[in-house]
Amino acid sequence: MNGKYETHEHDVLVIGAGGAGLRAAIEALAQGASVGVVSKSLLGKAHTVMAEGGIAAAMANVDAADDWRTHFRDTMRGGKLLNHWRMAQIHAHEAGDRVRELEQWGALFDRTEDGRILQRAFGGHSFKRLCHVGDRTGLEMIRTLQDRGVQMGIDVYMECTVTRLLTDGDRVAGAFAYWRENGRFVVFKAKSIVLATGGIGKAYPVTSNSWEYTGDGMALAYATGAELMDMEFVQFHPTGMVWPPGVQGLLVTEAVRGEGGLLRNKLGERFMQRYDPQRMELSTRDVVARAIYTEVREGRGSEHGGAFLDISHKPAEYVKRKLPSMYHQFLELADVDITRSAMEVGPTCHYMMGGLRVDPETAACTVPGLFAAGEVAAGLHGANRLGGNSLSDLLVFGRRAGFAAAEYAKKQSWPALDPAEIAQGEGEMLCVFERQAGDTPYAVHADLQQLMQNLVGIFRTEEDLKSALTGIERLKDRMGRVGVPGTRMFNPGWHLYADMKSMLAIAEAVTRSALARKESRGAHSRLDYPKTDATWGEQNNIIRRHGSEMVLEQSPVPKMPAELQTLLAEEKGAGA
Amino acid sequence: MPEVTLKIFRGDREGGQTADYQVPVSPGMVVLDALHYVQKHLAPDLAVRWNCKAGRCGSCSAEVNGRPRLTCKTRMDSLPGDRPVTILPMKSFPVIKDLVTDVSWNYKVNKKIPGFKPRPKTEWKMRQEDVDRVQEFRKCIECFLCQNVCHVLRDHGKHEQFGGPRFFVRVAALEMHPLDGISRAALLKNELGLGFCNITKCCTEVCPEEIHITDNAIIPMKERVVDEFYDPVLKLVRRIRGEKSARE
Amino acid sequence: MASTSPTVHAAVPTGSWWTQIAPVVLGLGAFSVYATWRAFEGAYFWASPYLSPFYSPLLDVHHHYWPYSPALLILGGPLGFRATCYYYRKAYYRAFFLDPPACAVAERKRNYCGETRFPFILQNVHRYFMYLAIVFLVFLWHDALHAFVFADRFGVGLGTLVLLVNVMLLTLYFSSCHSLRHLLGGKLDCFSCTNFGNARHSTWRGLSFLNEHHMLFAWTSLFSVGLADFYVRLVSSGAIRDLRLL
Repeated sequence: MNGKYETHEHDVLVIGAGGAGLRAAIEALAQGASVGVVSKSLLGKAHTVMAEGGIAAAMANVDAADDWRTHFRDTMRGGKLLNHWRMAQIHAHEAGDRVRELEQWGALFDRTEDGRILQRAFGGHSFKRLCHVGDRTGLEMIRTLQDRGVQMGIDVYMECTVTRLLTDGDRVAGAFAYWRENGRFVVFKAKSIVLATGGIGKAYPVTSNSWEYTGDGMALAYATGAELMDMEFVQFHPTGMVWPPGVQGLLVTEAVRGEGGLLRNKLGERFMQRYDPQRMELSTRDVVARAIYTEVREGRGSEHGGAFLDISHKPAEYVKRKLPSMYHQFLELADVDITRSAMEVGPTCHYMMGGLRVDPETAACTVPGLFAAGEVAAGLHGANRLGGNSLSDLLVFGRRAGFAAAEYAKKQSWPALDPAEIAQGEGEMLCVFERQAGDTPYAVHADLQQLMQNLVGIFRTEEDLKSALTGIERLKDRMGRVGVPGTRMFNPGWHLYADMKSMLAIAEAVTRSALARKESRGAHSRLDYPKTDATWGEQNNIIRRHGSEMVLEQSPVPKMPAELQTLLAEEKGAGA
Repeated sequence: MPEVTLKIFRGDREGGQTADYQVPVSPGMVVLDALHYVQKHLAPDLAVRWNCKAGRCGSCSAEVNGRPRLTCKTRMDSLPGDRPVTILPMKSFPVIKDLVTDVSWNYKVNKKIPGFKPRPKTEWKMRQEDVDRVQEFRKCIECFLCQNVCHVLRDHGKHEQFGGPRFFVRVAALEMHPLDGISRAALLKNELGLGFCNITKCCTEVCPEEIHITDNAIIPMKERVVDEFYDPVLKLVRRIRGEKSARE
Repeated sequence: MASTSPTVHAAVPTGSWWTQIAPVVLGLGAFSVYATWRAFEGAYFWASPYLSPFYSPLLDVHHHYWPYSPALLILGGPLGFRATCYYYRKAYYRAFFLDPPACAVAERKRNYCGETRFPFILQNVHRYFMYLAIVFLVFLWHDALHAFVFADRFGVGLGTLVLLVNVMLLTLYFSSCHSLRHLLGGKLDCFSCTNFGNARHSTWRGLSFLNEHHMLFAWTSLFSVGLADFYVRLVSSGAIRDLRLL
């Protein structure tokens, strides 16, 4: 390089320091690679800390009948069979080992009477399967991984945003980024890259996701030529807070229902009777979210447009011990004591089932040297994710991605960086300071969020989706004109400008996929195609870049071996 | 809607002062909402560090009306509405810009602490009663408000000699881990300067997770340091038994 | 290492921090003055069957070896226990040393060593004063029981109740001690892997519960011990007559 930029070299560069990123980094380090982790926020603040309910792993500590087969079946059925069977199989196989590993690194889960890891019930899981720590499982996980990484001597570049992946021919060569603190640019040179950037929640106004969830990894990889898959499947968690306005969307853990919480409408009816009489409150998230949405639309909602979730029939001490964060969250932010009265809840954008298309064994994307794990990757969860499968996903595929990325790096020579790419990266970040500040990134962001909520939300129609596409084009135009006042020193307006680029690309991918899938399945509900369609059940939607065009095509869902098909057909389990 | 004046620190390493912003107050609004309003409508480059806005990540620490708080958990209606609300960055750390401070010192301290090291031949069974204590410490969200309020750092600037409440909690979690096999008493006494703490409890007062930092973490750690270094009788007993450290 | 905006922080009104420490200054101050006067007085400590807690155990009452007040022989024990107590340390570091006066309130910059140097490093001997406190409690319980015996007969006077309540509060103060909690259970990492682990865990939990109220017991027992002495002095000096209840 010409020395103009601060440059760092690593065998493996991990982008994202949540559960998947840290687990990947730990594994790559263990394989002897030099590893750098880039994170948009401080270490230990990643969205994984928000995970509450637990880690799904068929360890059979509480229900002896549980095993990987049942977990596999639950995951596939929950995902409406659109999952990649091999990912679901690997995940069900390995989750237990990954949890035990966390314990060996110092994590302290809640315990059974005989001293093993306690497991709780959760929606869509046939058995008590979620290893947990009260309702702060994610925090325990991230702190354990963080400390493990620190002990192993991980290099973390905190508060650093990657805006572009660099390439050498068709393989990845590194990343172009800026320090949030001072706006200075930094170049990472790497033999392989693991993307672990999470989801896209910030494209929606009512979301349980933090500001970091802007779809960066998907957009970066897409721009480099990687394929996105099943982008129409955006999970709306059924229970987010709805009041007061400032906390709208904030997650109310599924553990409330797991611990016995009941859903009622304003008439006092347990309305889940109408939607899933067998599993009631512990039905899958797509079903519960639609149920609440429907109750509200038909005039049976609560005062602020939600449903009531009630755990007050349980002893107050029990509620405080098992759901301490929920107790405090409602008491402090909504003046509601959940040991005495019901919570008001409604659907909130929570998780992205779609994402980068990856190889099940190695988590490799379709671009050489690029790997992806966690929410940024697609395939494991199909059309709908079960609660608790996300944290285990991070661990299982984070480890595999880290391992494969280190192996890949061992076989590669150092790539060459292309100064033209770097100059482009710099140009697209700096141009915004030269424009007259009229329209701001904040305004464009707010409009994108409204558009996604109104037109690409829980229920979709062709008409809405088409007008969403037109709207997104208009927003892209506006982004080409926004200005940012101030300097490059920790400037949130500028940071949002960088994030908007990702969000717009991803919003388009979600909308195009949703438009293409003419059926309702899992989290994707089309009012104009309300039925599940068997032919669509065999198709994954694939998106890739062709020049500056986004192209979409279908690819058949991989066929699973006969013995797994038999397994899936068995009656036992939580049902589809 | 009623309006309130925010006095927000605007500045950087070179210095700065507060600037006034008028913000409409809506029901249930928290200070971080008000800061976001300012970013959106009045000062797009106002630097604020935040992530989850749910009191889980511990990013949005600042000083509201002189009290160290998480801005996402400080309700506007809990503050006097007739006076301006002053919002300053944490005092114990260098300002980067506006409300964002350089907290990297904390990460350096953390590196000094040897991680969890299981005892040999561990069976990985633990009873709930043995992990209860440690789970309290594991609630820490690393907001560093305890570090900020601690006068040893805040007023006396002992960053070089002192680890601060956050890391006493972290060491306590490791020391009391039922399966951990090493002692960190010497580290507490020497590198982390536990003796500088005069247990005046401000850390406990500001902890948003309500961890009893002083009573459950710091004082028990002080007692363990006494076991190891200041109790002649225990030392003698150990010598007779042929043990080196109090934690064998 | 410090922020670049010290003046900005100093300009924030910190509220009336002195109202937080005023009660401590008054309470501890008044007690110290009274206790010092009474300790040196060397009289009016016995009003049969009551013995003032300031003078218990009563040593060399006839001045064979010690010409001064017998209280001076023993008061070092309770004084040391309270002076090195984790609660009182907080109270007087804040109220008398202004170190800090209150949370997030600036203090004078000077060479601060906390408890790393003499004299405050001696706070680490707290557990030895705790052991000593056991001896005192034995005597005080003896005194309280003895206060039920009026000329070889069972009886209850107001003084009996005063002494009884006092020794109960002192016992609670003792039982909620941080050092005791550590030594009886807190020092273990794994209760279930230790001999008598269950018993020690229950003990530790009980002591932890009391420990949460250590401040309350510190103050109530301080007042009660002062009042008990004051009552004995009133009766002993003839200022009032003991109210006989039974």
